Parts: sequence; structure tokens; C-alpha cells
Amino acid sequence: MTTTANAAALALGDDALVLSHRLGEWAGHAPVLEEEVALANIALDLLGQARVLLSLAGDEDELAYLREERSFRNLQLVEQPGGDFARTIVRQLFFSVYQRLLYGELATGSGPFAALAAKAVKEVAYHVDHAEHWTLRLGDGTEESHRRMSRACEELWRFTGEMFQPVDGLDLDWRALEREWLESVTGVLERATLTVPEGPRSGAWTAGAGRQGVHTEPFGRMLAEMQHLHRSHPGASW
Amino acid sequence: MSSSTDWPLWEVFVRSRRGLSHTHAGSLHAPDAEMALRNARDLYTRRSEGVSIWVVPSTAVTASSPDEKDPFFEPAADKPYRHPTFYEIPDGVKHL
Repeated sequence: MTTTANAAALALGDDALVLSHRLGEWAGHAPVLEEEVALANIALDLLGQARVLLSLAGDEDELAYLREERSFRNLQLVEQPGGDFARTIVRQLFFSVYQRLLYGELATGSGPFAALAAKAVKEVAYHVDHAEHWTLRLGDGTEESHRRMSRACEELWRFTGEMFQPVDGLDLDWRALEREWLESVTGVLERATLTVPEGPRSGAWTAGAGRQGVHTEPFGRMLAEMQHLHRSHPGASW
Repeated sequence: MSSSTDWPLWEVFVRSRRGLSHTHAGSLHAPDAEMALRNARDLYTRRSEGVSIWVVPSTAVTASSPDEKDPFFEPAADKPYRHPTFYEIPDGVKHL
């Protein structure tokens, strides 16, 4: 792997790893048993992607468990706590649509990620379907569910511009990707009777440095929990 | 937690990729058929490709009553002509 391909593998791998961990936090807490299985399923898909990507960049366990916060390259969107179910769904919608477009592009290329992307697009198509379905149900559900969805959209909107910062090693038309993303997400939100937030998606007051290793406060606590055992018993095999 | 009236029970029938018929796989709760299909896929098929899933609201299934079991199912075993046991099945006949 070249250095830039390595950097790209870390960026994509960290996105999948961190979101997988966040979804894992729902285990035993989902609104209904069936939904718990669905979220766990998505988390497992993402963890699988993370393992492949991090293995391309080095030793997966070392990368996951021994890096400090500042060395992680994931988007700030995926490290945001799940909050209520609406917030989790909005986070899923924003990220899954991004992943579908990204992997769709990578799968058609011949780069080091083509094989992984070809496999992942199928998984991601399901994730998008799941998130869209819940967005429609909750957005166009009751007054309360609509309110919670609107709030989650507003809160997470500022983290969405960061997804389209070019990643070294991925030769993609990021502008086009962003346009398609906006189009898809706008379509779903409108069908769900939700308003597309008007807040900024880039610039001051928005996220933008996850790829450079700058993260939000909840991420440190998440890592402490995720890495605790490995750091307590370094070098152990399990 | 939603009550079970919001999330009615669905029966799930799955036909595996090489399977011939749909087999009852189990049941689950879901708010509507679309969601029932998705949940069934997660719970009963592990997303194997090429399978077919049917979901049916449990209320749509009419079951035979256990009380009527005797007159309903009692085979007239003393009338052997009722049972197709006198035929030799030729080799090469599949799925019988």
C-alpha cells in the first residue's frame, strides 16, 4: 500500500469501526427486539468493513486498540452519541447514503478498495433502506416522533459537510458525490415531511477536522471504553 | 415500549435458495408488512441471497381446532385403499 492509500484505508476503516461501536451500544436497549437485531446486523457489517480496511493499513487490533484519539481519522458524524432512536436513525441515514455513493464509486474503479467496495455496496444498500424506512416512519409518524426527527436532523446537519472533504488516496469527484448526497437525503427528508435544515454544513460552527484527528468530546470517552481491556492487558491474545 | 397492539404478530415462511417450498420459520412483531419482511430477513435468513420470504399477519391464519382433532384427522386406517401404498415409485422420480 502506498502512503496515501494507507491514509484512505484508515479514514474509511475508522468511520466503519467507530460507527459500529456506537451501534453496538444499542444492544439490549433498542425499542423492540426486532430492531435490536437490525442494528446489531448493521454494526456487524460495519465492523467487517473496518476489519478489512484496517488490515490493509496494518494490524487491525493494534490500530483499533492502541491509537490515541488524535490518530483516529473518522468523521465526527460517526462518533456522535446515539442519543434517542431518532438521532441514531438520522446519523445512519446521513452516513449510509454517503457510504453508498462512496463505495458505489470505488467499486467501479480499479484501486485497492474496489474489491472491498463491491462487497460492501450490498450491505450498505440495506443500511440505506433501513434508515430510509425509519426516517419515513418517524418523520411522518406522530407529532412526537416528527419533533424528535427534526431535532436530530438539526443537531447532526453541521457534521455532514465534512464527509465531502477529499481524502488522500481516493480519486473521486467529491463535488459530484456531495450533490448526489444532498439530492438523496433531501428526497428522503421531504418524503418524511421533514424540513431540510438550513444550518451550515461547512465553515465555522461545523465539524470538519475528524479526518485530521480532531474529535469531539464524547469520542474520548467512547475510546476509553473500547480500548480499556486491551490497554490493561497489552499483548494478550484472545 | 410499544404495546403488542401497535406491533402485531406476523408469521414468517421462508424458502431457501435450493428449497422447494416455503416453510414456517417462526414469528415476529412488526408494525406492518414491509417492516415484517425486513425483520424476517435479519432474524431468519441472515440475508442469504436467493431466498424468498412470505410474511402473513397471524390474525389471517385460521388453524384447525384441537377439539375437533378426532373427526377431522382420524384416518380410516382399516380401509387400505385410501392410502397410496401399493405403488412402486420408479427410480428417478424426485421430490416425492
